[in-house]
Amino acid sequence: MSLWEYANPKKFMATSGAVLPWFAVAAGLATLGGMIWGFFATPPDYKQGATVKIIFIHVPSAMMAINIWAMMLVASLIWVVRRHHVSALAAKAAAPVGLAMTLIALFTGATWGQPMWGTWWEWDPRLTSFLILFLFYLGYMALWAAIDSPDTAADLTAVLCLVGSVFAVLSRYAVNFWNQGLHQGASLSLDKEENVSDVYAYPLWLCMAGFFLLFVVLLLMRTRTEIRLRRIKALEARARMTDA
Amino acid sequence: MIALLVRDLRLAMRAGGGFGLALAFFLIVVVLVPFALGPQPERLQDISTGVLWLGALLACLLSLDRIFALDYEDGSLEALATAPIPLEGVAAVKALAHWLTTGLPLTLAAPVLGLFLHLPAEGYLWLTLSLALGTPALSAIGAFGAALTVGLKRGGLLLSLIVLPLYVPTLIFGAEAARRGAEGFAVQTPLLLLAGLTAATLALLPFAAAAAIRINLR
Repeated sequence: MSLWEYANPKKFMATSGAVLPWFAVAAGLATLGGMIWGFFATPPDYKQGATVKIIFIHVPSAMMAINIWAMMLVASLIWVVRRHHVSALAAKAAAPVGLAMTLIALFTGATWGQPMWGTWWEWDPRLTSFLILFLFYLGYMALWAAIDSPDTAADLTAVLCLVGSVFAVLSRYAVNFWNQGLHQGASLSLDKEENVSDVYAYPLWLCMAGFFLLFVVLLLMRTRTEIRLRRIKALEARARMTDA
Repeated sequence: MIALLVRDLRLAMRAGGGFGLALAFFLIVVVLVPFALGPQPERLQDISTGVLWLGALLACLLSLDRIFALDYEDGSLEALATAPIPLEGVAAVKALAHWLTTGLPLTLAAPVLGLFLHLPAEGYLWLTLSLALGTPALSAIGAFGAALTVGLKRGGLLLSLIVLPLYVPTLIFGAEAARRGAEGFAVQTPLLLLAGLTAATLALLPFAAAAAIRINLR
């Protein structure tokens, strides 16, 4: 039993089909539970009032936006090194989810920033880095869409993902150098004295778990769709061969 | 490799396009800025280094798709891939040829265009130096982007979408160095970071570009 067995599309389809409903139920429970807990069962902050509750969407989506890119990087590396098609398709399937998470984080951040900072947008390092991350997702998806041959597309997008990751990190620190920020620092660290209050932290952890499970569900579903699309193409090609 | 460089330079000169076009584009961008923002000298002076850096960057972008496209179409890229020199070397030489025909003229033209924007006297040296240090990185990154999109029919717009986010760190450090120089602050930190970035892109990106070309030629 090894992880590489799932590089076989057939094995992947069978296993992912079996676990998908469980993950879907868990994702729904965690996301909904975390949000209901967060929205209705936590007190308003003494300074921020009810707007503090945007945290329950903003933080998990921002966390996923970064981690989905990291997952795409790992999947691209696996494709480059071991040529497993499922891996390349998983990277392709993850990108639109990551793009959506980036948008959600930017949008909820703007909604929170308007009453709190008095502005929808500020050229703060974190905000700017997210905007750049958004552009990276766009470029990556556009390259997938532009190339016809599936293997060439997988190879080139993998190269772009590797190079893009380096430049995304570079941009993050370059932007830090360029402008000081308004955004608060990390407040969920395990090794710090001063963190967000437990009242908010527990539902937030649940929401983060929910968003992670949601991503797994969407990823499995979208990868399965990509595999099926591949199969349809192969069947059509075979049908054309037999007709001719 | 020197023969390849000479060939590329000769082609760029004779075809006319890239060489003068980027400079003309740079000039037009700089001339358009006062029309958009008004002719007040103080305002133009404030933004002069940023506009010049942005203009040079966009002018550089304009000629990127020519780095590999023509050779890909007429098949000489395949000949180069089977030539005894490594493909990484070909990518590096192509980037160098692009810099010599685009980045270098842009760098030399920038101080002249600085006159139009009332660039402060202290700024000329640092603007030229930051462009001289930064434009090789623009060419190296651009060569990588061009290698990625060389097989596409209408790759131009996609090339911009892919390359522009990669230009962010170079632009930040370059424009920051030029701005600090023009305002009379210490420029060492951004200038050193810019130089480091350029050295790293020159060393590493030809490998990524060569990998992309191999995939596209398969």
